[in-house]
Amino acid sequence: MTAWLDTIVQGVLLGGLYALFAMGQSLIFGVMRLTNTAHGDFIILAAFGAFSLALALGLPPAAAPWIAMGVLLPIAFAAGYGLQRFVLNGTLGKDPLPSLVVTFGLAIVIQNVLQEVYSADPRSIDSGGLNIASVEIGGGLAVGTLPLLIFGVAVVMAVAMQWLFGRTALGRAFRAVSDDRDAAELMGLDHRHVYALATGIAFALVAIAGTLHGMKTTVSPSDGPALLLYAFEAVIIGGMGSFYGTFAGGVILGVTQAIGFRIDPGWGIWAGHVVFLAMLLFRPSGLFPKTR
Amino acid sequence: MTTNAPAIAFEVSRATRASRTGGALAAVFVVFLATFPWWADHGWMREFNEMACYLIFAMMWNLLAGYGGMVSIGQQAFLGLGGYALVVMGNFMGVNPFVAVPIAAVLTMLVAIPVSKIAFRLQGGYFAIGTWVIAEVFRLSIANVSAVGGGSGTSLTALRGIEKATRVSVTFWLCLISAVASVALVYWFLRSRQGLALLAIRDSEIASESQGVNVRATKLGVYVVAAFGAGLAGALYFLGNLRISPDAAFTVNWTAFTIFIVMIGGIGTIEGPIVGVVLFWLLNKYFSEYGTWYLVGLGLLAIVVTIRFPRGLWGYVSHRFDLHFFPVQRRLVLREPPKD
Repeated sequence: MTAWLDTIVQGVLLGGLYALFAMGQSLIFGVMRLTNTAHGDFIILAAFGAFSLALALGLPPAAAPWIAMGVLLPIAFAAGYGLQRFVLNGTLGKDPLPSLVVTFGLAIVIQNVLQEVYSADPRSIDSGGLNIASVEIGGGLAVGTLPLLIFGVAVVMAVAMQWLFGRTALGRAFRAVSDDRDAAELMGLDHRHVYALATGIAFALVAIAGTLHGMKTTVSPSDGPALLLYAFEAVIIGGMGSFYGTFAGGVILGVTQAIGFRIDPGWGIWAGHVVFLAMLLFRPSGLFPKTR
Repeated sequence: MTTNAPAIAFEVSRATRASRTGGALAAVFVVFLATFPWWADHGWMREFNEMACYLIFAMMWNLLAGYGGMVSIGQQAFLGLGGYALVVMGNFMGVNPFVAVPIAAVLTMLVAIPVSKIAFRLQGGYFAIGTWVIAEVFRLSIANVSAVGGGSGTSLTALRGIEKATRVSVTFWLCLISAVASVALVYWFLRSRQGLALLAIRDSEIASESQGVNVRATKLGVYVVAAFGAGLAGALYFLGNLRISPDAAFTVNWTAFTIFIVMIGGIGTIEGPIVGVVLFWLLNKYFSEYGTWYLVGLGLLAIVVTIRFPRGLWGYVSHRFDLHFFPVQRRLVLREPPKD
């Protein structure tokens, strides 16, 4: 019994990380119906970026990853803004093909450049022992401190994103261009700028997710596509249009994978995919479709 | 409707001069290729086989994405299934592997029908990633089946009793016939009533539906035909390769290279994938030794072409010179200039 409870708790915590992966994707899709097939590769790129920054800073490992994350945030925001403004905006339209091909091409470029720079060896960001620390939560259960921290960050980010989307002027702009771009333009919004801001924020989320992922486990240049699929599944399971839904989707995916792994290590990822496909079949709009 | 205008004699032309000369030249070229097994190097034939598989796969992806508007990143699901169907039939059921190739393609087509029920829940970009998830489910499922070697794969032992020269020749001919047939199939499909319906759907789903086009059935038809082609390509590829593994069969690289081939060649044209495959073959031959940088180059080229030259190489040529080797459009030709 304890073993199963443990599995579920670990799954929930893993789901927090998946929710972090998914929120950027959810934002980009929600605002401009853009499917970024390089999303997972950007997370891995961020992880390697944080890895190199943490080394370059030369600080004690307990502080370095966090400072690196802080340095990475504005860089990621600027990169996201620039990518959207100067490349991806030109690919948007009724036809999904151009944006898919361009982001898919980016994915291949990122994977191979990372492979060239860092080789195929898996690496991890040194967090000064945080990745192996744990806390007792009673009932003979212990959870990793870092996974717990990641889960906390994911909760904070989901609340923050929902607030940003629902209660701020920027969020109003996001929703306006999402609902009717032309009408929003008439009200004085520059959709190219609003889109770029959305991708900038999404990339800041990617930077957070990538750094935490790199601290928690090892990353290698070819990991991106798997993360893309997890992020995508979390968004669809949760239902589009709500960050709480995306968060719940991540947790459901994490728990499913954990249970699958528990039964047989060969079926963990498979179980997650199958639950996602079953969801498509029986509840195609997701668990929590557009709440507002 | 009454009108005072004089009756104008016209006819609907479906051929062009290029299509007639091109067709004749292509036939000569195919006959020339068919003589390969008597004199050509085995290495050439291997290369041809591989590119024929890419051509079939790319023709089908082009049909699906370029004409059907269904951009899939998961067609490797059907390619891998075709390959595994071949191996299972050959190794465990005693079917002659050459006979098993078309059967494998048909089986793959049958699998595509239930799969479409799930995939068609998604649209646009989400369809693309959803189909990728489906391909991953197939990969992970087969990696857990120990009868076909699990994750490390298995060999096509059914070919053991067949002499090497026979095996190489028959494989080559099968690839050649399949490549020609897949081009002909797509050409024929696009010129048919269903093809016209498909082009209408691509331009506007709502408008075509209101004109009586059954959008769902047409899309399903295209999806199933594309799965057939992918299964055929997979069966042929692993017939030549003699060894299959889940990672080789279901890798997303199949679709990645195909997207490159179709985008560079010219999406939404029949000539495009052919031009694209030839270009891909040349690039592969001369630059693949650069490994990761070669792939970076392919990725960048796909991005630049998509943004700057969305019509691709063939799209540019055909637009510039009004050259159509595979005309699918109907042209109104006036027999004589109307007299006033």
